[in-house]
Amino acid sequence: MSDWVFFADHRAEILGATLDHLTLVLIAMAIAILIGVPLGMFIVHRPTLRAVALGVANIFQTIPSLALFGFLIPIPFIGGIGKRTAIVALVLYALLPILRNTYVGLTTIDHAVLESAEAMGMTRAQILFRVRFPLSLAVILAGIRTATIITIGVATIAAAIGAGGLGTFIFRGVALVSDSLILAGAIPAAMLALLADFLLGLLERRLRVT
Amino acid sequence: MNTKPALSSKKIIELREVSFHINDILTRVVISDISFSVAEGETVVLLGRSGSGKTTLLRLMNGMLLPSKGEVLVEGHSTRDWDLIRLRRGIGYVIQEAGLFPHFTVAENIALVPNLEKWQRARVAARVEEMLRLVGLEPGVFATRRPRELSGGQRQRVGVARALAADAPILLMDEPFGALDPVTRAELQREFSGLARRLGKTIVFVTHDLREALLLASRIILLESGRIVASCSAQDFLCLDHPEVRAFTASLDVAPGVPK
Repeated sequence: MSDWVFFADHRAEILGATLDHLTLVLIAMAIAILIGVPLGMFIVHRPTLRAVALGVANIFQTIPSLALFGFLIPIPFIGGIGKRTAIVALVLYALLPILRNTYVGLTTIDHAVLESAEAMGMTRAQILFRVRFPLSLAVILAGIRTATIITIGVATIAAAIGAGGLGTFIFRGVALVSDSLILAGAIPAAMLALLADFLLGLLERRLRVT
Repeated sequence: MNTKPALSSKKIIELREVSFHINDILTRVVISDISFSVAEGETVVLLGRSGSGKTTLLRLMNGMLLPSKGEVLVEGHSTRDWDLIRLRRGIGYVIQEAGLFPHFTVAENIALVPNLEKWQRARVAARVEEMLRLVGLEPGVFATRRPRELSGGQRQRVGVARALAADAPILLMDEPFGALDPVTRAELQREFSGLARRLGKTIVFVTHDLREALLLASRIILLESGRIVASCSAQDFLCLDHPEVRAFTASLDVAPGVPK
């Protein structure tokens, strides 16, 4: 009960942290989509580049998030503590699901459709944009959805390097041994993730063609 | 039986000593040293068992494959020299699975090549309607449907309409009616036979069904293991004395020499 009183009393702060968190996530997702989707399209017909791109994205996803933040801090220009470093790390984290789903979606198309498209005289570019891309929107969005959930989660850790967001409540709560503080960060973060998952799930269903 | 004579002796498609092999772990020879030509207005049926090379021959004709040896000439020019996009826009192509675009309506599917060729909107719409009527589908009902809402027979009719939409002079068809139930298949064969006669196009039709070949062909080319073993008119085909011919006619339950 005292938790809810705490939340009510500090609702301005909690809202501020939530908006901070959302900003981090939205900026990182926008950049990750703007890099990941075109890159996914680019590697469809370039097998060596595909191996490199997917390999690099995979490496960044495998490094534990806190460690990745740590690696980035000493790097000049994109490093240091604060929001910019956090966003760089979040983008790198979100890249693999988006890139991989874009690539898989574009290449897992009914073979009869691709054969007909080629036989009727569509160029490779026309097939990519008018056939492959529209038919893979649902799969691409599934990748964006996964990346968004991951980003919302990893962004809570960004507080550890001074980027703000809901993680600040969690870390402060752990340091001060205060359940209310922890929950003030954890509950909104969890709700953000669930809401994003639900809304993007609806959109994904709408885009499904077959 | 299709006894329509060729419109002229002009060779629309010509194969000169064409061979095709696939280089895998072992080299597999799919087609060996094949030469034949298709005259304007002819309907040539490539008949053969699965694996006899007939689909490969079709793909060599629109440049989806290039020959390992020899030349494939379309309208006098080698497929190696053709702008393949131009070549394919001038050839209608129908496959067994239809391959309609699931994210397009029936009308958009049929309008594909006309739109690629940047026809005017009104002309495209009129042509789509004309094509739907040609294949026996009521435009008002079917134009806005999606492929997933169609039966197999309807999808294949749309596939044929799509192949005819840009009025390409050549039609390549790879077992187009093979995936249909026998009743629908017979229906489409009959309708297509009449259609083909009226349109005067140069048609190469691949099948493993002798009955279909006899119904549609002005000439049958029988393939076995990548080689031509027989090439003659549909009427003469039944009289030929060759083991592979006999294997096919036996499947008809008709005694050789008895015209169908």
